[in-house]
Amino acid sequence: MSSPDFSAGEAPAEKVTEVSGTGIPVRGNDIDTDQIIPARFMKVVTFDGLGQFSFFDQRFDDDDNEKDHPFNEEQYRGANVLVVNANFGCGSSREHAPQALMRWGIDAVVGESFAEIFAGNCLALGIPTVTADQESIEALQDYVEANPDAEVDIDVAAETITYDDTAIDATVHDAQRKALVEGVWDTTALMGANAGAVRETARSLPYVPEADIPGDEA
Amino acid sequence: MSEGTLYDKVWDHHKVTELPTGQDQLFVGLHLVHEVTSPQAFGMLKERGREVAFPERTHATVDHIVPTGNRDRPYSDEAAESMMAELEENVRGSGIDFSDPDSGDQGIVHVIGPEQGLTQPGMTIVCGDSHTSTHGAFGALAFGIGTSQIRDVLATGCVAMEKQKVRRIEVTGELGEGVTAKDIILTIIGKLGTDGGVGYVYEYAGEAIEKLGMEGRMSICNMSIEGGARAGYVNPDETTYEWLRETDAFADDPEKFERLKPYWESIRTDDGAEYDDIVTIDGSAIEPTVTWGTTPGQTAGITEPIPDPDDLPEEDSDTARRAQKHMRVEPGDTMEGYDIDVAFLGSCTNARLKDLREAAAFVEGREVDDDVRAMVVPGSQRVRDAAEAEGLDEIFIEAGFDWREPGCSMCLGMNDDQLEGDEASASSSNRNFVGRQGSKDGRTVLMSPIMVAAAAVTGEVTDVREMEEVATV
Repeated sequence: MSSPDFSAGEAPAEKVTEVSGTGIPVRGNDIDTDQIIPARFMKVVTFDGLGQFSFFDQRFDDDDNEKDHPFNEEQYRGANVLVVNANFGCGSSREHAPQALMRWGIDAVVGESFAEIFAGNCLALGIPTVTADQESIEALQDYVEANPDAEVDIDVAAETITYDDTAIDATVHDAQRKALVEGVWDTTALMGANAGAVRETARSLPYVPEADIPGDEA
Repeated sequence: MSEGTLYDKVWDHHKVTELPTGQDQLFVGLHLVHEVTSPQAFGMLKERGREVAFPERTHATVDHIVPTGNRDRPYSDEAAESMMAELEENVRGSGIDFSDPDSGDQGIVHVIGPEQGLTQPGMTIVCGDSHTSTHGAFGALAFGIGTSQIRDVLATGCVAMEKQKVRRIEVTGELGEGVTAKDIILTIIGKLGTDGGVGYVYEYAGEAIEKLGMEGRMSICNMSIEGGARAGYVNPDETTYEWLRETDAFADDPEKFERLKPYWESIRTDDGAEYDDIVTIDGSAIEPTVTWGTTPGQTAGITEPIPDPDDLPEEDSDTARRAQKHMRVEPGDTMEGYDIDVAFLGSCTNARLKDLREAAAFVEGREVDDDVRAMVVPGSQRVRDAAEAEGLDEIFIEAGFDWREPGCSMCLGMNDDQLEGDEASASSSNRNFVGRQGSKDGRTVLMSPIMVAAAAVTGEVTDVREMEEVATV
């Protein structure tokens, strides 16, 4: 396999082997991406400034008064490990959701399970989505709530989450782990290196006319 | 692992190579683009000094933010106008075909692809939109992607993916009166859960699926993602080919049709194929089905009681309790008689000509309830034109519906079409998430187009089968 071509203004992705910091729990199953970032905040052409709108409708009432939500609580300011429950990020494919969380300060998400598109979008930003069983996650949420200043350590390569005296046996999906640990999560650079093979595949498909395939000099 | 399924075959045909991550690099046969998820991807492309690799395999439209009333430019909503302008600049600068409102071909991306014949069996199809699974109805492998992946596809014509498992969902028997494709998929999601399909692609099969037209198959594949499955498909057959023959791609080029048909036939799932899982559902037992909660998996047949959260599996009970509080429903009641304020007939799930015809046939000679705001938002300009040619617009307008221009509209409330306050809507769309239709206190009840029509007329969630009886008495 040829190595990625970084000549087109592409830098190698950084290695994400571990994430450490304080935690913030957001409880509940099936938290969809409409909740993470309501559609009205997507009427933009860049992702800049989305962080402040994370969980907006859970955080504010109609008169912009703050409601009870961890993202409003002073004690979690500066937290970078989000701890969630099952099927987090379901629904819309909007990358605006992990973009908003990242811009709010989240570097890793730990939960019982994740919707696939959401996990893929996180990976594209270098954010690990780490899973563990329900009991361990709930215990971690309780701990973080009681100890908002305590450090939580995620070892992506070893697939562990460590806090206090506890080490959780966690899972980071194989391809995601490899991509993060080896710093190969920038798939544009990876796939761009195989342009010749791409043209060959395109030519083998009966529905792709030759005229649709860019020339070999491209 | 599965073997010999359509999924396996289409995957193999499009696999370029295995990446160092262990993922496969897949060639993308058709990349559909809309205004909400693409601008940042075009921006990243420019930052990297790259160009669109396969503009001829890319097609754009505008649907999410486009107004469905006055569409004079500039749009009155400045944010919408700037998104539209950005899309125009991006696609025109890249040589990408654009079904814009002036073309007469504009519409919801998952309506226009199939109607123009862009969507074909055996293709890989992606779009920055989770309902891309819709195109699986044609035997394509179609799935939603995020914006960074859109950048990948624009730059390389490929996506990086891991192969998933295949679950065959066989829907047996014949559907009852008043039961539609929408009721099948709401039942499937209710049974398997909103995350039951995570890690799977769904192959829909069985008598009840085979008998459906393409519109019904699209409604089902469309909501695969609501069950957690990123893609769903139906094997191509005569019904698929009949649809394709009429499209722009083949209407004037029957030779092309004959040339591609052997490929389409070849990618059908083999007899004796192996699946990772098989689920069988009795289609004859499905009732008109509606949601009672705030996820598309919280469903009940119209005569079935809303479940008691305490009786549900522990992991579902909290979500159910919160959902019932939001929706103001009680366990033990049915959804029949639930008051509604808005009736929305539209979205990529159910805004095709057949959906409009069925609803219009029900509405004809009836009137929208005085307390209900009812609207029809056709899926595309072509659907709208065809409906008008049949006089469906007059039927709807006479009954008291608002007849609007095509777009995503109140499915996600990114334009002016939104619920207000705590309004409840009977909606033919795909998501009943809190806040989805534009108001965080709004309440959405998902149902089929004819059930929306019935609710519009009575002002409450109604068993359409009983209305038909009343009508014939």
